[in-house]
Formats: sequence, structure tokens, C-alpha cells
Amino acid sequence: MTAFILRRSLQSIIVLLVMSLIVFVGVNLVGDPVDMLINPEADQLEIERVIRDLGLDRPVAEQYWYFMVNAFQGDLGRSFVFGEPALKLIIQRMPATMELALFSLLIAISFGIPLGVYAGLKPHSKISRTIMAGSILGFSMPTFWVGIILIMFFSVHLGWLPSTGRGDVATYFGITSSIFTLDGLSHIFLPAFNLALFKLSSVIRLARAGTREVILQDYIKFARAKGLSETKIIRVHLLKNIMIPIVTVIGLEFGSLIAFSTVTETVFAWPGMGKLIIDAIYNLDRPIVVAYLMIIVLIFVTLNLIVDILYSVLDPRVRIKGVS
Amino acid sequence: MAGKAATTTGAIPASGWQKFWSDFCESPTAVGALFVFLVILFIAVFAPFVSPTNPYDLASVDIMNSRLEPGSEDFEGNVYWLGTDGAGRDMLSAIFYGLRVSLGVGAFSGVVALVIGAAVGLSAAYFGGRFETLTMRIVDIQLSFPSILMALIILAVFGKGVEKTIIALVLVQWAYYARAARASALVEKNKEYVEAAQCLALGDRRIILHHIMPNCLAPLIVVGTLQTAHAISLEATLSFLGLGLPITEPSLGLLIGNGFEFMYSGDYWISIFPGIALLITIVSINLVGDQLRDIFNPRLQR
Repeated sequence: MTAFILRRSLQSIIVLLVMSLIVFVGVNLVGDPVDMLINPEADQLEIERVIRDLGLDRPVAEQYWYFMVNAFQGDLGRSFVFGEPALKLIIQRMPATMELALFSLLIAISFGIPLGVYAGLKPHSKISRTIMAGSILGFSMPTFWVGIILIMFFSVHLGWLPSTGRGDVATYFGITSSIFTLDGLSHIFLPAFNLALFKLSSVIRLARAGTREVILQDYIKFARAKGLSETKIIRVHLLKNIMIPIVTVIGLEFGSLIAFSTVTETVFAWPGMGKLIIDAIYNLDRPIVVAYLMIIVLIFVTLNLIVDILYSVLDPRVRIKGVS
Repeated sequence: MAGKAATTTGAIPASGWQKFWSDFCESPTAVGALFVFLVILFIAVFAPFVSPTNPYDLASVDIMNSRLEPGSEDFEGNVYWLGTDGAGRDMLSAIFYGLRVSLGVGAFSGVVALVIGAAVGLSAAYFGGRFETLTMRIVDIQLSFPSILMALIILAVFGKGVEKTIIALVLVQWAYYARAARASALVEKNKEYVEAAQCLALGDRRIILHHIMPNCLAPLIVVGTLQTAHAISLEATLSFLGLGLPITEPSLGLLIGNGFEFMYSGDYWISIFPGIALLITIVSINLVGDQLRDIFNPRLQR
């Protein structure tokens, strides 16, 4: 077990190092780092000072070393546009992204499971076919285009829901979020639904497949023979058993929600990390780009490591295979 | 069905292609999707000939015609069935040209990724050992990152452009092909015909390319269709974000992005119609891919 965790941690560190190398090489060797890392409006004196500070007059290997040392100390450079540390800006925007991702996860689960269970219980009914066709569409439709359609219909045409920004936020229990205010809720609904659509489709499919499998099991037959009501069978015996694979997949896919939120945040002008990086790419604000990429890779590597370890705890076969 | 009937009546057995085609025809949806896809492919290939106007010929585009509603007519009597965009271009023609770019980039990157992925996957399965462990570890790690994130990293670091978008799409996709190729090659590797080829002292390259690969093509084709649809969608997303293709190569994603700014003033058609074209393309490819998967799936073998 310890050996497995150690091996996986080592692998994660290697992935992080490779990614940092790619980002570093991309920023420093493909283009001119002076253009990329120094504010274009700086004068000659300033440029020379920054070149010395960043160590750009040193050999490349040494530069990479300094880049990594600074990164470990939490210094990923300063934004040109905001004039503040890049890391601080990203951490400031992180709650908005997390809130969006969590809320869309909630939507995906609370709509996906009932729809999927229904489609599994009555696989041949018209409604079930519509649900399944809808889930295929949900898989195929590009997120950004669905976002545009949602804005066009609910914001421009009907004028029901706002289409940009986060709305009012309130703080409870030390958490600042827009889901605590009515205005904030009206702002989060469209982007969260947009982001949830893809996950919603996969939850529907998983729930349907699970239901069709579980409903044939002996314990369901036994529960029916005992004379339990159908609602009780579904709520207690069926739901509990189909939840295991759904929860696993949802947990695994949380990271991809954060990645995809770059698209949704851009469409809905949601002030999260994803919008920050897209804006930074437009504005050539490279320290932010570098910092974002390092942070997001770190988040992913950590998430994957946790999932791997949890898997090996839950399923010993993974561990044994990993050792052999 | 037709193939079965032919064999039972003692006539010449249906060839592999006929069997394949009759299996494919079992799903009317898939046949319809294939037809739609072929129409789209035709439009994409012959865009300059089927488009009513050349949307990128500055001489024929008039700014006076900008943001016309679908079905409206200009002073010279030209009808714009899908309206015009902010620069006065005919949307229908722009979509035809956009399909050309989107499908071209998607298909090209798909083929390159297929070749690289298949080469890695097949040799990993054939040679085994450390090479296999190392490459499959890389594949696993890469697949644990969402494709949009991989593409974002590559394009954010190296900048946008046609060749960079293609490189990003290839890097995102090759791992899927490598995994599929390895999985089926592992099964084929232990079959007798490979052993026979090895006894004949044929070269490794020849065994991989001429003996194992032909038997691994079916799953690769299935992955290929579904991945191409995914690549087209991903390219559209990246171009919409302004990270993918440059303005000189207007794909559907870029057209949608251009229309986004006009949408708040109610000019829905500039964004919506390219999106519908994109959606039809992706859905038709996915439906064909689903049917191919069912045909090639040994568990559903009739």
C-alpha cells in the first residue's frame, strides 16, 4: 500500500515537472522572453533591471532552476495588467469557478438521476426515448454554442435571466457565494446549466444502465415479493445500488468541469479563473498564463492522485496490478 | 440479412463489404446520418462551386448589406437565405466555406493522430516490455487530463495558428488511438497466424504492418469516427475562444464567435446557423460511429 502511494506520488511529481518544463520552454525559448515576460511599456532601464531579476542573462538550465525555486515559494510572477502577483489573482478568482462547478454538479445529479432511473424503468416508453435522444444531443452539442442559445432565448428573447456576471454575493459561514442571494442565483443558473449539460447526459446514461441492471437482481424481486411499495423499492433498494458508479464517475469528472468552465465562463462573462486565463491570453498577460497553467496542472495531478489512492483502497485489484 | 439469405439459398456468399453494408442498413437512423454526412462532405469539398457567393472575395461583399435578416434581398436582387453577417457576407456561403475548414482540420488531425497512435499502440503490444509500460503510462496520464485542458495548455503556450491547432488536436487525440490499437493488437498477437509469420522469420515491421494491423483496423475506424467528431467540436470551441484558427481560416467556431457580439442586439442568425451546421455535422458523424461500433462489436455478433 505504502509502496503504491509512493510510486503514484512520484509519478505525479514527474508529470508536474514535465508540465512545468513544457510551459517554461514554451514561454522562454519559443518566443523572446523579454517580449513575453516584461511589460511592453517598460523603458530600457526597467527592462535591464527585470532581465537581471528574472535571470534572463544566465544559462537556460539555471533559469529553469530559478523558475522552479520561485514557483515553490509561491512566486509565479506579476500580472502586467493588474500589477499584482499572478498567484493572488488566480486564488481570488478560484471561489467563483468552484461555485459554478459545484452548482452544475448539483444540477447534473438532481436532474440526471430521476430522468435516468425513469428511462431505465420504462425503457420503451415515448418519454424515455425522448430522454435518451436528448442525452445524445447533450453529448454532441458544443458547450459554447449551447451557452449562446441559452443567452439568446432566456436573456435576450424572454428577458428572464441575466446573462453576464456573478450578481450579488453574500457571505455565510465564511463562504462568499452568489448562491446565497436571489440575484446571485438568477445569475448562476444559466452558466451552471450550460456547464452541467454534458455531465447531465452522462449521469442520465449511467443511471439508466444501472437501473436496467439492478432491477433484474434477486433482492429487488424479493422486495417486491415482500410486498414493498414500488416507491420504497426504488428509493431504498434501487437508488442505493446505482449510486456507487455514479458517484465515482462524478468525482472523477469534477476536474473536467473546472477545465470546461473556461468556455462557459467566457460565454457568460463569469468572473472565475477560466475567464481570467482567456483574458490573459488576449492581453498577452503571460505571467497569469504561466501561473494558471501551473496551478491547474497541480489541481489535476492532485485530484488524480487522490482518486488513484482511493481506488486502491476500495479495490485491492488495482493495487496488486500496480505492483506486478 | 441479405448476406444470410444468399448463403442459405446456396448462391455465392456475400462478400465482406456486402455483409458490412447490410449490417449497416439495419439502422435507418445510421443510414440517414451517413447520407447527411455525405452531403456535408460534398458541400465542404466543393464549397467554391456550391456557394451562392464567395464570402471572402472583397469585391462582391458590400458593407451596405450587413446584418440582413434571413431571406432578405439586396438591391441587386440577390437573396440571402440565412441572412448576412456584420461585414455583409452571405451566411450560407460563409457556412459552406466554414464547413470546409472545420472538416479539413478535423479530418487531417484525425488521420495524423491515427497514424501516430496506431504506430505506438501496435508496437507497444508487439514488443511489450519496458517500451510498452512506458508508452501506456504516458497514454494513461494524458487521458487523465480533459482534452480541452491539454489543447488549452498547448495553444496558450505556443500561440494560435492553423498548424498549432492541428498539433494540439493531434496531441490530444493520439492517446485514444494508441490505447485502442494496443488493446486489439494484444489479442491478435497471440493468434496462430502471427506465430506462423514469426516462424517464417518475417521482419517485425512486416508482421506488424501486414499481418496484425489489418486485423486491428475495425476498432481503430470506430475510434476514428467518434474522435473526428470530437476534434471538430474541440476545434470549434478553441476557435470560438480565439485560441484556435486565425481569422484568415474562418471555421464554424469562428463564425459563431463573430456572431456572438451581435446576438445581444437580437441578430440571432449570425451565431445560430453556423452552430446548427456544426451540430448536424457532429451528430451525423456520431450516429454513423455508433452504428459502426455496434457492427464491429464481437459481443453483438449476429
